[in-house]
Amino acid sequence: MITQTHFLVLSAALFMLGVVGVMTRRNIIIILMSMELMLNAVNINLIAFSRQLGDVTGQVFAVFVICVAAAEAAVGLGIILAFYRNKETINIDEMNLMRW
Amino acid sequence: MAEAVVFYIFAALILGFAVLVITAKSTVHSVLFLVADFLCVAALYVVLQAPFLAVIQVMVYAGGIVVLYLFVVMLVNLKRPPELHADPRRLGRLGLVMALAVFAELAAIGAYGWLKPSGFDGSLDSKNIEQVGRALYTDYLVPFEVASVLLLVAMIGAIVLAKREQ
Repeated sequence: MITQTHFLVLSAALFMLGVVGVMTRRNIIIILMSMELMLNAVNINLIAFSRQLGDVTGQVFAVFVICVAAAEAAVGLGIILAFYRNKETINIDEMNLMRW
Repeated sequence: MAEAVVFYIFAALILGFAVLVITAKSTVHSVLFLVADFLCVAALYVVLQAPFLAVIQVMVYAGGIVVLYLFVVMLVNLKRPPELHADPRRLGRLGLVMALAVFAELAAIGAYGWLKPSGFDGSLDSKNIEQVGRALYTDYLVPFEVASVLLLVAMIGAIVLAKREQ
């Protein structure tokens, strides 16, 4: 019997893998991909609760999350391209232009 | 029973591919594992009776976003890939904090499952797309329009950012 708890544990594990990716990798493209993993974990949570409560609202929110993820990917990758053109690197340790 | 088998297979695939995404040496391999991960998540949405979201997941994530990532990985051809962070003690401390966070999270989930009767009591009927569309165009019409404006702004922003200056 698969219960709500199964999906919550899966979602938590996936979210944590995303956090580990953001914390340990230095390649900013991998970091953006880890953020996509975290957004997917959130979506699994939303849809599991949508089914648990018999309410479609969770799925509507998941649609919005996917929409924001698409916008984030487009702008984030645009920033990466612009940065790479100037600095010839995608290592986040060398991205300190706006740090004082 | 069949649901349990499908769930465990796809849960294992999702977590395995996620580990491969964040550990792969080559960024291209990472992107390809990400596609596989998104497809498995879409299969899980079908298990959760959300077929519309599954289709959206395949089209937007596996079809659109990942192609965008692949393009950028190909454009940014690296002579030397950024190596892992140098300071090993920092990783140890981070690992401790995150392990504590995981245990707190699992404890919260366990408490939730213990307090609330688990198992899916509410059932969504088969007209999934109709239900999602109705909710999207009645109760959530304003957020829907805001989301469309957000996508437009993101599109223009990405073009401006990626455009070569003359």
